[in-house]
Amino acid sequence: MIAYLGRRLIQSLLILLGVSLITFALLYLLPADPVRQIAGRSATPQTVENIRQQLGLDQPFIVQYWHYLTKLVSGDLGRSYIQRSEVTELIVSRLPASLLLMAGAILCELLIGLTMGLIAAVKRGTATDQTLMVASFVGVSAPQFVVGLLLLYVFAVRLSWFPIGGYGTWRHLVLPSLTMGILGAGWYARMMRSSMIDVLRQDYVRTARAKGLARRAILFRHALPNAILPVIAMIGIDIGIFMGGIVVVESVFGWPGIGQLAWQAIQRVDIPIIMGVTLVSAFAIVLGNLLADIIAPFIDPRIKLR
Amino acid sequence: MTSTPEKILDIANLCVSVRGDEGEREVVSNLSLMLARGETLCIAGESGSGKSMTALAIMQLLPQPAGRISSGAIRLGDTDLTTLDERRMRHIRGDRIAMIFQEPMTSLNPVLSIGRQLTESIEAHTGLSHAQARQRAIEALKAVRISEAESRLRQFPHELSGGMRQRVMIAMALALEPDVLIADEPTTALDVTVQGEVLELLRDLQQKHGTSVILITHDMGVVAEMADRVVIMRHGRMVEEGKAADIFARPQAQYTRELLAAVPRIGAGTGRQETRGAETASANVAEIKDLHVRFDLHGGVFGRVTRRVHAVEGVSFSIAPNETLALVGESGCGKSTTAKALAGLVPYSGDIVVGGRNLAGLGRDERKAVRRDVQMIFQDPFASLDPRMRVGDLVAEPLVIHGIASKEERRERVAALFDRVGLSAGQMELYPHEFSGGQRQRVCIARALALRPKLIIADESVSALDVSVQARVLDLLKELQREFGVAYLFISHDMAVVENISDRVAVMYLGQIVEMGTRDQVFSNPRHPYTRRLIEAVPVPDPARRRSRFARLDQEIPSATRRIGEAPLKLALKDVGNGHLVAAEG
Repeated sequence: MIAYLGRRLIQSLLILLGVSLITFALLYLLPADPVRQIAGRSATPQTVENIRQQLGLDQPFIVQYWHYLTKLVSGDLGRSYIQRSEVTELIVSRLPASLLLMAGAILCELLIGLTMGLIAAVKRGTATDQTLMVASFVGVSAPQFVVGLLLLYVFAVRLSWFPIGGYGTWRHLVLPSLTMGILGAGWYARMMRSSMIDVLRQDYVRTARAKGLARRAILFRHALPNAILPVIAMIGIDIGIFMGGIVVVESVFGWPGIGQLAWQAIQRVDIPIIMGVTLVSAFAIVLGNLLADIIAPFIDPRIKLR
Repeated sequence: MTSTPEKILDIANLCVSVRGDEGEREVVSNLSLMLARGETLCIAGESGSGKSMTALAIMQLLPQPAGRISSGAIRLGDTDLTTLDERRMRHIRGDRIAMIFQEPMTSLNPVLSIGRQLTESIEAHTGLSHAQARQRAIEALKAVRISEAESRLRQFPHELSGGMRQRVMIAMALALEPDVLIADEPTTALDVTVQGEVLELLRDLQQKHGTSVILITHDMGVVAEMADRVVIMRHGRMVEEGKAADIFARPQAQYTRELLAAVPRIGAGTGRQETRGAETASANVAEIKDLHVRFDLHGGVFGRVTRRVHAVEGVSFSIAPNETLALVGESGCGKSTTAKALAGLVPYSGDIVVGGRNLAGLGRDERKAVRRDVQMIFQDPFASLDPRMRVGDLVAEPLVIHGIASKEERRERVAALFDRVGLSAGQMELYPHEFSGGQRQRVCIARALALRPKLIIADESVSALDVSVQARVLDLLKELQREFGVAYLFISHDMAVVENISDRVAVMYLGQIVEMGTRDQVFSNPRHPYTRRLIEAVPVPDPARRRSRFARLDQEIPSATRRIGEAPLKLALKDVGNGHLVAAEG
């Protein structure tokens, strides 16, 4: 177990290093010039050149990247070009909001998705099954900004059950979580259904029936833990999808998380913030996958972490 | 017996149908049979005979929603099970009728502990507390001779061997002392020595508790060993019914006679190959010298090799043209790995010489050319043919890979091969799923023959087939050998089949050969205790020669996985006369 964690940690660091290199390279190749953004239109060429030197942007790529890396090791993500404050501080102040949103979204998608999938599998081939699967398909294919606006219109504008936007109470959390969760719920419903149908065909389910167990015991004790395994592996991957979705959803709902921060930074080519948010996201994805892998052996004793 | 025995289960005019793509099909027709208290009834038949469906119908566990009982009655005592709703049927299942299945590997839930799976059925049917149920579970495990029963409760199915798992299944089924135990092919998936133990255990427990047993099997050896009465089924109908002794001594129905004739027997088998003298051989087709195959297991932070599976340890043998060498042993003994090394499918160390050329010293292209001479037929004819290719293309594929013949010539050659293995050229356009198991194995044989190899490796190639089909495929293999002079490396766990087809036999145990000699040397004069055990374990298809007691060996075969640095002891083979090699007992 310890050895396994050690190996995974080394792998994770390598992944993060790769992500930083690729992102840095992409931003370097970008035709937009951050210095122009900072200096403004009326700046003289001399001013622009001064700023460029000040930020070290006149250095060759390798040197720039090396500087960034050495600072990164000590936890310094640099200073924002536009907001004139430390990127680390900006991210730390906004991360809790995003994590809260993510937790809400995971809860939504698991609750909705697993329930839908379970019911569909048990009622396989019936009208209920078909209805649920059409619903999940809609969930999977609807763009998040459309779902978000639709939910806002119905539940905030028309029904006034929830606030239109902002941050603070649990009521603020419901609509954004739902918006993020619906996409995943659709995936989970489909996955859970096929996984459950597969498990219900297994010999051990037949054995359980031959023992004269009640339907509930067969379903929840024998089938569910087996069926949920592939879904758990998905949650790790899911965090990556969330990180993409968070930029859109936070903007729609005015949620003060790192997604919004990233959106603002992208518009103004604020490279240190973009780099910071990307690295934090990558870290979250790596961590999510690691957690999913660590949870798996607790459900399935056959899995050994080596 | 003076009084008529008490009837426990009475099946009258049972019809079972299953709905498929082509409408509803009757899989059990008009079956009537009776089971007395304490009796063992064997339902025997080949695949598709409806024997398993009958068992599932009794349990009301027919595949849903396709299967249903269309008419008839199944009476347990005074209750007609076909009229019970699911809730009341639940109280019968497990409590009054218990069932064990063929696949011990998949019949236990992998994520629940043995203890949990044992106690839950006890708790479902009795008012016992959890502690009492646990006690009962421990007793049940002891009854099936599982050592350290108490600590086993915490184990999970994957930590047990196949034989142990099947014993757990039996413990689970018998913990509640049911009136009827249905065992559906309970030993088919087990090694032959383990099969002997499990059968004996079943017989023992049955006598102790007076349980009535319905044993479903395709193996006439098992029938002879176990049955009081026998029902032979075919295509969903009962063909013949009677006392075990009568069925074997005086079979009435034509089908029963054919079935019994097809059963491979050690010793007097009719299909037995003539003893052939060692041909003063030209060069051997293949020679293997000191073959080792090891698989590394990784561990630690940097994934270093910590343990190693010693799958094959210093195996040497040679095969002459036109000769059949059988490699026998139980699962995990390394016989299939040896074959794979010979076919170039796993990395190995040691020497493999095919047609006089050592593969180790050759480049990629030369090796490919040499490998044309070695072809393989696998166990599962369903899994070894690509379902999306026409069988004609499948057979032609080796020719395409090696760039042999033009398209037209290939077609002709494939047609000739189809004809030769007993299929028609018209069937070349069909897909694998349109064939039966035996026909598919013929396709595989045709594919192996396509390159006119000098050696064909048949890895459990007839194990998955029904006995009557098996007999015909074996005949085909022998015919092809006479015709083409091809040599076989015949890998099997079935001693009776081996005895019928082989010229020479090598017995493998834990990656090493423990005995090797001509068929007659090994079968008439087995020297190594493991060889003797293998031969003894084969159930004889004759109730008159039922074994009184099978030598019990409640220990497991040791593992071939070892720590680095702990190499297994190398066995030295000694010639005990005329080339009969036996490992010294260590």
